[in-house]
Amino acid sequence: MEFAFPEKPFKTHGGAHVPHYKNTAQMESKIMPPPAQVIIPMQQHAGAPCKPLVQVGDEVLVGQKIADSDAVVSAPIHASVSGKVHAVNQVMLSGGQYVDALVIDSDGEMKVSPEVHPPKVDTREEFLRAVRESGLVGLGGAGFPTHVKLNVSPDKNIDTLIINAAECEPYITADHREALENTKAVFSGINTVRKMLGIERAIIAVEDNKPDVIEALRKMENDGQASPDKNVCVLALSASYPQGAEKVLIKSCTGREVPMGKLPADVGCIVMNITSVAFLADYLRTGMPLVKKRVTIDGSAVKSPQNVIVPIGTPIAEIIRFCGGYAVPPKKILMGGPMMGIALTDDSLPVIKQNNGILCFGEEEARLHEPTACIRCGRCVSGCPMNLVPTKLEKYAEAKRVEELQEYCVMDCMECGTCAYRCPAHRPLVQAIRLGKALVRNAGGKK
Amino acid sequence: MEQKLIVSSSPHLGSGATTQKIMLDVIIALIPAAIASCILFGIQALILILTCVISCVLAEYLSRKVMKRDNTIFDLSAVVTGLLLAFNLPATINPLIAVFGSVVAIVVVKQMFGGIGQNFVNPALTARIVLMSSFPAKMSNWVVPFWYRSGNPDAITTASPLGLLKQGASDQLPSHLDMLLGARAGCLGETCAIALILGGIYLVARKVISPVIPLCYLGTVAVISLIAGRDVIFELLSGGLLLGAIFMATDYTTSPINRNGRIVYAIGCGILTMLIRMFGSLPEGVSFSIILMNILVPHIERITRPRPFGVKKEKAKKEAAHE
Repeated sequence: MEFAFPEKPFKTHGGAHVPHYKNTAQMESKIMPPPAQVIIPMQQHAGAPCKPLVQVGDEVLVGQKIADSDAVVSAPIHASVSGKVHAVNQVMLSGGQYVDALVIDSDGEMKVSPEVHPPKVDTREEFLRAVRESGLVGLGGAGFPTHVKLNVSPDKNIDTLIINAAECEPYITADHREALENTKAVFSGINTVRKMLGIERAIIAVEDNKPDVIEALRKMENDGQASPDKNVCVLALSASYPQGAEKVLIKSCTGREVPMGKLPADVGCIVMNITSVAFLADYLRTGMPLVKKRVTIDGSAVKSPQNVIVPIGTPIAEIIRFCGGYAVPPKKILMGGPMMGIALTDDSLPVIKQNNGILCFGEEEARLHEPTACIRCGRCVSGCPMNLVPTKLEKYAEAKRVEELQEYCVMDCMECGTCAYRCPAHRPLVQAIRLGKALVRNAGGKK
Repeated sequence: MEQKLIVSSSPHLGSGATTQKIMLDVIIALIPAAIASCILFGIQALILILTCVISCVLAEYLSRKVMKRDNTIFDLSAVVTGLLLAFNLPATINPLIAVFGSVVAIVVVKQMFGGIGQNFVNPALTARIVLMSSFPAKMSNWVVPFWYRSGNPDAITTASPLGLLKQGASDQLPSHLDMLLGARAGCLGETCAIALILGGIYLVARKVISPVIPLCYLGTVAVISLIAGRDVIFELLSGGLLLGAIFMATDYTTSPINRNGRIVYAIGCGILTMLIRMFGSLPEGVSFSIILMNILVPHIERITRPRPFGVKKEKAKKEAAHE
């Protein structure tokens, strides 16, 4: 077998040294008891929404499939508590779109469904089917159905599986705790994926601000049982935001640049989040689909920040109550980290599959800065990991100049927020770029 | 929830950098040169610096008020312009002329084009050029350093080192050490090389400027003077080169925002400076070179646009040719 592991990460452009605020990294995750009610939206993934398989009044059990879709890009949804379907309501997701949601009254007993049993996976097809049935989506935040991502055509010659444990968002430590608390499953999942898809090597990429994670993974790496063929390597990356962004991560790990508009598979890579791969191992062992999720609860407005493992669909307000309630009245609640997270309108929204953190900010952290004139300092340009010119994109978006927006590759922006973070004039660069993308989309991509 | 939450676009975190903090850093970096100018040229230097700073801030305040725009004096950019304008004046100039220069810099060059970030040429340098064409004799009336110690009430005037060189009086040139310390004729803030370099190091250390522009500018001047058989160290330390390369050519608004653009721009500044010094009728060309390159910045930015991630070099070139 002809391959090697990089001795040190490859160079990438831009980025920012954001503060880490990993306050909850050393705290053991707590398991939250089932809430009285869970709200399960029919869309918890990128792709087509699911249709309910149960009706109001039906009894459901933990792990029972309650919604599915015929669409290719979609993932089934399972009951996270046992109890009775109370209603089908419309809920607004964090992105602002309305979807149907099953409201389930929990009986508090968490009775497991008889559907739950370890799947038989001997072939690639069986494996991919099992991944679909597990309901797994990219748990790093994107929520792309995993069975679609893993189903790459053999002519792509995938040689590297990259496990994303960079966790570059400040505050969030959900993956950090997964790596420490479920290290064995991480390796077991990696080995299964490699075996099933015939991938030669795997690289676990961790930012170097998590020495305990690196140490725990390296110990396992040298353990003959967990990693029999020694084709798994832990790579420490510099803690520079956005190290965990897929394209940046691939560049850091392999030196390869995913061409504009292409996918990781086009450069022979598959990237999986560390929690996703560990879940996969657990699912193949127990058959329990994705019904619970570890989320980091932090921010100055929370009384006791910690990582909590919650049934999917638990309302945020309930989790905050479990964490001792609000220390001060929250001014801003984020789903996700402070760099890319979405500000919510209220705390009644449920936690869905790809959520990994809820941050509640008090007055000081939530304060908005008034934008001042751009002084053309170039901090956005030197910081952009995609090597774009954010200040120009902002101007073209404001002037609605679609042609220039396309010329300056507005669609290549991944909205990581590095430019706006660095901007001394507090320009709303990401907001303007989103507007610019919408303008290009509405113009139908024509020049 | 009993109270409303703030909903805003990500990111929800900032680096803490503000325009005001950046300008404050520039002011701090200019302080060594300001002190040096007061030591070299006496109380006259202090009067001119204060006149320029106060009149620039006032001009900014009043012009914004007249144009019914918000007050921007607290971003401190007017203070920086005032300091730089003073640094570009000879010690003998009438403070009223300095006030005129301030009004040109702030009102005409900066505010009439929309204020900070919008002017296409450097305000302080443009004001200097306006003053040079309006008061050519007064603007090149250099005094000997430390003249105030001689007890003579009238300042002793002399030629600047580059002026001497142009006249062919190279035997009267000051020593390299004098040039380094600033003991030579020239504008207030341009003579003390040590103080300017200190300020530059501070700005680079604080990441306010990248060293690309000063190094490429000075490097180009050094290479050309070496090829032309001129005294490299003399060329680097004379005229307004260090002041220009460290503080004027690096002005955010009037220099390219991308690294490759900055390299092209700085090399252009260096070539123009040496062309004027060697072949022009003026002894010094830093101001004109920087202003000329300022005007070219939009074009430089277009041809040196960064290659976006995932775009192959040849493809980018082909696209550019296609356009």
